[in-house]
Amino acid sequence: MLNRFMQLRLRGLIVLAIILFCLPAFLSNPFHYDLATQMAIIAATVVGLNLLVGFAGQISLGHAGFFGLGAYFTGIMTGTYGWSSVPALVVGAIAVGFIAWIVGRPILRLKGHYLSMATLAVGFIIAIILNNERAITGGPDGMPVPALDLFGWELSSFGQYSLFGIEIEGYTAWYLFASVILLLAVWFAQNLIESPIGRALRSVHGSEVAARVVGVDTAKYKSLVFVISAVYASLMGSLFAHFQGFITPAVASFEFSIVLITMVVLGGMGSTYGVILGAVVLKLLPQVLADFQEVETVMFGLILMLTMIFMPKGLLPTLTAVASKKWRKKAGGAA
Amino acid sequence: MFSEFLQYLFTGITIGATYALIALGFTLIYNASHVINFAQGEFLMIGGMATVSLTAMGVPMILAVVLAVALAGVLGIALQRFAIAPAKQADVVTLIIITIGASIFIRGLAQLVWGKEYHVMANFSSDEPIRIFGAVLNSQSLWVLGIGAVLVVALVLFFTRTLIGKAILATSMNKEAARLVGIRTQMVLMLAFMVSALLGSVAGIVVAPITFTSYDIGIILGLKGFVAAAIGGLGSGVGAVVGGLALGVVEAMAAGYLSSDYKDAVAFSMILLVLFFLPRGLFGAKVVERV
Repeated sequence: MLNRFMQLRLRGLIVLAIILFCLPAFLSNPFHYDLATQMAIIAATVVGLNLLVGFAGQISLGHAGFFGLGAYFTGIMTGTYGWSSVPALVVGAIAVGFIAWIVGRPILRLKGHYLSMATLAVGFIIAIILNNERAITGGPDGMPVPALDLFGWELSSFGQYSLFGIEIEGYTAWYLFASVILLLAVWFAQNLIESPIGRALRSVHGSEVAARVVGVDTAKYKSLVFVISAVYASLMGSLFAHFQGFITPAVASFEFSIVLITMVVLGGMGSTYGVILGAVVLKLLPQVLADFQEVETVMFGLILMLTMIFMPKGLLPTLTAVASKKWRKKAGGAA
Repeated sequence: MFSEFLQYLFTGITIGATYALIALGFTLIYNASHVINFAQGEFLMIGGMATVSLTAMGVPMILAVVLAVALAGVLGIALQRFAIAPAKQADVVTLIIITIGASIFIRGLAQLVWGKEYHVMANFSSDEPIRIFGAVLNSQSLWVLGIGAVLVVALVLFFTRTLIGKAILATSMNKEAARLVGIRTQMVLMLAFMVSALLGSVAGIVVAPITFTSYDIGIILGLKGFVAAAIGGLGSGVGAVVGGLALGVVEAMAAGYLSSDYKDAVAFSMILLVLFFLPRGLFGAKVVERV
């Protein structure tokens, strides 16, 4: 039994790895790489958010707040105080995890709409602080962030690197780095889901009361997964800040929180690979729609509505259900 | 000293009355269908924008208001009919995303039609401010309060005295039972969305001369109304009014005495405090969850 799960998990990861490392064949300029790198970082954030929303069934409409805190912590510590990147993002993640733990305890007692409102409020308060503390954060104009340094080795989109004797551009290096991070994020999430913690979380999603009856400490697990998903967001926010080289309070905005939760729901709640697809689709959509300049927003809203109405389970679960039905029909016809 | 306080109070009550009307819209839809309609703010925007552009085209003010309100009403019905109804069994998050999609859609259309600029609407009556104990009261504030009060009374009468109002209440209590006694629940849900859109658009029109109006005004006003509804306790009409007024006054006081930068943070801190200590808001019903 355990063996089968191991294999399944590996299979998904291998497919994802192949896609990620073959993708450069289709990327022809720095802009493409820039987009793909952003996608990988945001997909990893969403994989973390999915642990909370998809598996534990707890809504967060303020997740960008944690992403923004991570981004600004790294930006301020490396930019203003000259820390190097790794300690900045680790300490930032610990701090954000702690904040999430403090905030999460009272909030997670709430359910449904009340929980979504409370998380929305937390996200908003973080965004307002980032906007107003001009002396520290640069206010609405934002602040510059130095390039990522990994133990003295600097990763910058403008650099030149050689990897196993192959010369690669800085933006390609960033893309490869972000891909590895995404794989790690997925690997960790998949392992968590299949662990006893993951089973406890799913029992919370099913019925909190029933979970409590069989002895699951629901409060503990809910706040644990809230902290884990906030730490994911913080780490990815830190990387995003280094990658962009410049951050504004938009990284913590309500709009971005909505985008994140939409990626989860659109891709398919509870499906790790589904939410990655959601992230890719939602990040690509504005690029595709940019050709329609004027009607971009209208189309975006319309597509969002239609997908949710006709595929309430999300893209990937719906598509796989359709595919397996077809396949079964074919198999049945042959027999 | 006192005049300053009075000034903040006037500002707070005026804006609070608007929040109350938006919150009532949320409450109405929540009661009838247990949906949080994130597009509620867009009804406000449509009301204000349509009135401004119609009057600019030379349509008399009264007629422009009627047309704008009617437009919002149709929009409310369309929202229920084409976006909420087909989603039937969707869960809470999915429904939230659908209404967010709808609000983005409506905002996009508004941007196409009216552009990105701010539009200014003239005060309904005199531009002459009223002076009371050294504080200045915009005459439009009286319109906001007066119309707000009329709408609240009308709503109470609607729910207690009319058959349609009672049908909405019955549907909110128990949809199956309502259907059994012959209430066409689909129709009732559409009505709830329509009435809520009407409320929103009227709020948008009366407040437009004070706040100006633009295609994206619905986001922040909608959220504030949402906060007001939550403070009052989702689903409670009295709560929506009290929550709206309380939010407006606290916000104005905080902006005046503490810091105008953190005015919005006050609203969101307030909702957290209320939820921490009264998890169902000030007037929220105690619901026993069935397992």
